[in-house]
Amino acid sequence: MLEIKNLHARIEEDGTEIIRGLSLSVKPGEVAAIMGPNGSGKSTLSYILAGREDYEVTEGEILFNGENILEMDPAERAASGLFLAFQYPVEIPGVPTMTFLKTAMNAQRKARGEDELATPDFIKLVKEAAGKLSISMDMLKRPLNVGFSGGEKKRAEILQMALLNPHMCVLDETDSGLDIDALKIVSDGVNELRAENRGFLVITHYQRLLEHIVPDTVHVLYKGQIIKSGDKSLALELEANGYADIIDQAA
Amino acid sequence: MTVIPMIKHTAAEEALFEAYDASGAKSADRDAAIASLKTGGLPTRRIEAWHYTDLRTALKSVPAHIVEASSDAAPLVEGSVDLALVDRDVARGEVASDDAIGKLNSAFATKGALAMIGGSVSDIMELQANVSNGANHLSHSITFKDGASATVVERQLGEDGFATAVTDLEIGDNADVTYVITQQKDLASTHLGQINISLGADAKLTLFVLNAGGGLVRQEVNIKVAGEGADFQLRGVNLIGDDQHIDVTMDLHHAVPNTESEEIIRNVVTGKGKGVFQGKIRVAQVAQKTDAKMACNTLLLTDDGDFSTKPELEIFADDVACGHGATFTDIEPSYMFYLMSRGIPERDARALLIKGFVDEIVEDLDNEPLEQAIVGVIDAWLDKNG
Repeated sequence: MLEIKNLHARIEEDGTEIIRGLSLSVKPGEVAAIMGPNGSGKSTLSYILAGREDYEVTEGEILFNGENILEMDPAERAASGLFLAFQYPVEIPGVPTMTFLKTAMNAQRKARGEDELATPDFIKLVKEAAGKLSISMDMLKRPLNVGFSGGEKKRAEILQMALLNPHMCVLDETDSGLDIDALKIVSDGVNELRAENRGFLVITHYQRLLEHIVPDTVHVLYKGQIIKSGDKSLALELEANGYADIIDQAA
Repeated sequence: MTVIPMIKHTAAEEALFEAYDASGAKSADRDAAIASLKTGGLPTRRIEAWHYTDLRTALKSVPAHIVEASSDAAPLVEGSVDLALVDRDVARGEVASDDAIGKLNSAFATKGALAMIGGSVSDIMELQANVSNGANHLSHSITFKDGASATVVERQLGEDGFATAVTDLEIGDNADVTYVITQQKDLASTHLGQINISLGADAKLTLFVLNAGGGLVRQEVNIKVAGEGADFQLRGVNLIGDDQHIDVTMDLHHAVPNTESEEIIRNVVTGKGKGVFQGKIRVAQVAQKTDAKMACNTLLLTDDGDFSTKPELEIFADDVACGHGATFTDIEPSYMFYLMSRGIPERDARALLIKGFVDEIVEDLDNEPLEQAIVGVIDAWLDKNG
């Protein structure tokens, strides 16, 4: 489903290389976790997948359902079924959340050649999905993410994910800033979206999130490369021993 | 013998003076206004108040004949009550030397809306002036009695016209007034507007100015916060494209203690558009505890566009809170990335952000049908210019 081959990327502005030969594949239905210490390139990887302009891919390719997405802009990638849940969703004043959701859903439908949603159908879909994530309709009347608490922002990301129905979900540190209750709501929301034809790339610092969203595979990212892959027991090992051992082994 | 040095008049000035000669309404005040214009000419950038809008140079021509303003377009908000234009004996008296709009209007205006509003009026009132294919000058006077609560829309429409419109608002104690000026003329139109306001004790005025059209436009806002406890709120949206020139110039005078004011101006500049906001806040020595805030934010979308903003604070009291700020930005890349990452194409994402930037202050009107109607005008402009 998602295949990253020998990816090299640097920050466009100063040329700092962040991703240095990263290869990884995620199959349909698979939940792959990426763990790694600070500065290993985890968030950069998520931004490159989504198509942020600040990075330049110098080598390698990213295939999504067999198509090289590096040539696509972020909107085209999203319409093809890729979704990034941001670590820090931006606050956009003046743009009501409902307007944003409707614009995004209809833009994706249009790109896929489907009819636009009628307003009552749209509202029904949002109400249903929001209810499951304990998001009030009042919150959705506010401008996008403006004044949302950290937990509300993360829940709003999962709401968007549920409504946009992507094939591949990239979750960037979705657990950061969440208390236990919020973590449970968010994880339940993610687990509900697990499906045979949908892949997940869960980027996290901590094993904590992986107790709730149990991964099929775990990959350790260090200095822009995957230095070790394993199953969920690898996450437990990291939790117990830290990254040092694995980094030493790889060196 | 006194020799008055005469300047060489421009074609527009000649046309104005000829129109006055042909005018049926003359008086000593009108003669004086025209004489003053003849001596000094229209203001140039050497006149401080007109530094960014050189009217003399910018005004290439003025239609020779005077036309009636019509008011037969559908109202901005459905179900609004029409404020009719009536014949008025407009005696403006002496006007300030740099007040070109006052002089022109004083020389020519014979009609305008005349209203005295009391009590709580739930229907929106609309004063509509469509000036097309000619020149027109209107002078309106609206008095809101003590305790009145009302919403008035002044709607400036037209094609290929030259118009001056001077509105005098007298707002009584404890009144709560929303006044909206929407200017949606075509690019061949010149609109010179002026609103002069006196705000009574514990009164609140929310003034909303929307410029979504016009080739050469100046809207002056002169306000005297004259009663203690008064609150003046100005929200301005200037949508500027093509080679439009839009100027909003405010002179706000806090004359008594314990009053508040806040101005938020949002500008979108595209094409070769040029915009101006001059905001002067004067706080008299007695006006202690004045709380005045002013912000001017501009979204500059093209390199050929241009916006000048000039804040001026003149404070004689020592216990006040006055602040102002101006920003110039392009569209925020992190917002664009976020919207596009949800599948919204670049063009639509830009449009959504531009709309959000201006819609945000429309919400301050706190009147849903009015907000929707104004957002409708903004959307129409963005569709055409976005």
